[in-house]
Amino acid sequence: MSEKTPKKRKGFVLGYYPGMNMWTLFFFVYLYMPMVVLVAYSFNDGNRAQIWQGFSTRWFYRAFINDDIQNAALNSLIIAVCATVVATVLATLAALVLARGGEFRGRSASLGMVTLPLIVPEIATAVATLSFFAIIGFQLGMLSIIIAHTVFCIPFAFLPIRARLEGMDTDLEQAAGDLYANAWETFRFVTLPILAPGIVAGAMLAFIISVDDFIITLMVSGAGATTLPLYIYGMIRQGITPEVNVISTVMLAISIAFITAYWFISARGDTVKGH
Amino acid sequence: MSESDATNALSVRNVVKQFGSGPNAVTALNNVSVDIQSNEFFTLLGPSGCGKTTLLRLTAGFEQPTAGEIFLFGEEIEDLPPHERPVNTVFQHYALFPHMTVEENIGFGLRMQKWSGPEIRARVNETLALVKMEQFATRKPVQLSGGQQQRIALARALAPRPKVLLLDEPLSALDLKLRQAMRNELKTLQRETGITFIFVTHDQEEALTMSDRIAVMSAGLIQQIGAPLEIYERPINRFVADFIGDTNFIETRIDQVSGNRALCVAGGELQFETDVVDGHGIGDAVTLAVRPERITLQKTMLRSKDMPVIEEATYLGTDTSYEINIGDGVVVTVRDQNAEAGMGRFAAGENVKLTFSDGAARMLVD
Ligand SMILES: Nc1ncnc2c1ncn2[C@@H]1O[C@H](COP(=O)(O)OP(=O)(O)OP(=O)(O)O)[C@@H](O)[C@H]1O
Ligand SMILES: [Mg+2]
Repeated sequence: MSEKTPKKRKGFVLGYYPGMNMWTLFFFVYLYMPMVVLVAYSFNDGNRAQIWQGFSTRWFYRAFINDDIQNAALNSLIIAVCATVVATVLATLAALVLARGGEFRGRSASLGMVTLPLIVPEIATAVATLSFFAIIGFQLGMLSIIIAHTVFCIPFAFLPIRARLEGMDTDLEQAAGDLYANAWETFRFVTLPILAPGIVAGAMLAFIISVDDFIITLMVSGAGATTLPLYIYGMIRQGITPEVNVISTVMLAISIAFITAYWFISARGDTVKGH
Repeated sequence: MSESDATNALSVRNVVKQFGSGPNAVTALNNVSVDIQSNEFFTLLGPSGCGKTTLLRLTAGFEQPTAGEIFLFGEEIEDLPPHERPVNTVFQHYALFPHMTVEENIGFGLRMQKWSGPEIRARVNETLALVKMEQFATRKPVQLSGGQQQRIALARALAPRPKVLLLDEPLSALDLKLRQAMRNELKTLQRETGITFIFVTHDQEEALTMSDRIAVMSAGLIQQIGAPLEIYERPINRFVADFIGDTNFIETRIDQVSGNRALCVAGGELQFETDVVDGHGIGDAVTLAVRPERITLQKTMLRSKDMPVIEEATYLGTDTSYEINIGDGVVVTVRDQNAEAGMGRFAAGENVKLTFSDGAARMLVD
């Protein structure tokens, strides 16, 4: 591959080291092979998940008419939508305050604290959230999951919104004020429309993080509030069935669709400058 | 001093603006006072960092003065937010709304003032015609060239017919030809609309050609306010003389005084007659400013080492610039028009005779 690029090679560049291509290939195989197998076997005709017995989509049909799966999917959807909406609104407000609120004491500390949950081990957050609910005597169920999801979705929603806002000239908002727009009109007609791609991107990220979450959900879900990942986990304990493959494949497809859309929307951000 | 003459479009009184506090404080404006008349094309001219933008931003309301007062047509405005000031700004980098079309950009101020749809459309079209951009009405700002964006920024600020228009180096991003064309257009626009223009630039030629009056600023202070001719011909101090055009600074002593006029001798025996400033008397060391084009060169048959001699000649197209040693190690620059084709009239090493038109030299306040 590197032979085709006519770039000058100056000195030793690790990326050009012979054999590097092989490693890269190995890395990608290692990364994606399990998923390829998973997707392939979701089209398996057999009753046992690991033995290939010909192509069929019958397990898709079986999965879709399964009441338990339908319930779990609905729960996942409700939780993800609620958590996404609340988290995105809060993240937008936080980004506005941190990027436009001027200097205030604790500004950089706040910035760190909004994004800290990204690197805190999820199990720690999960235990902490569970203890918190236990201490205040909060009934575990859909609502507790929604609250927990909202919390860990905020930083994911926050990052793209803030990136967009940082790239937006304050000149634009001043120009709006100069042209007789009050604070609300400035937000409504200038800031918000320009910020919109960042908000949509943040919301999509939050949504997919919520749908995919397992550990925290496992901790704070009560009886009857089963999400798709919890359901899959429950089924796997009884052995890997073709249905598990099917649900996983569907979730994978949704994730890929969202992430792709997210990248497209983020990439549109280059027209944000006022000149 | 807290009332202001209502015929002034803008009165700035003893305004101080500091950014930050403590040891890192930057004083962007250091006690600035200026009165700008209605219908005036007023220019703030000065080097980078002298506080021009800061003064505009205080007027527009994006910043609050640390001290002092600002009046708009006699009304004190420091406490008004930007959207309540009848002032519009053409931003240095245009700040066009990227998600709106040209039309929507221009109509934005009108929409915010709750004009009706047909009224907005009429004014937008009228303003588009004014800046000759009718055919671009439905484009987005990214689909326009720099010069076109500049016109739209101007149109957007003009559409609400503000009482005062603030322009922050609006021509700086344009190429030379376009800049020259826009100069004339801006000047015409200002005359036609009767709006008070406050124009910021660090380009002296721009300031001299467009302005009714110029305020020359440096380091947060206004050094001199006056008509272009006054600023150019009668700079009050070394900074103004140096910043506007080319100037010879000649250090000398006052030789004779009669009434208001002084005679100074520089170099060998060149005599300059100037007005006396600062109450200087005979024997005082003073600085004279002499414009290179105000000195006339004459051929002379005399050859003498005491006479002015040309050290260097530089061909500049329309002119030739000569470095002339006038004795005592004093060197002055003289501009001589190239009336005929080819090199200038004199060559290095030649002796010349220097004469001055009246008032060529000016004594500076230091
Ligand atoms: N927000 C700010 N915070 C701190 N210092 C500032 C701020 N704005 C301006 N200054 C400082 O104030 C001084 C004047 O700045 P200003 O922008 O008014 O200069 P200017 O005359 O417009 O220069 P230019 O021709 O480069 O635009 C500069 O020293 C600048 O660094
Ligand atoms: Mg400036």
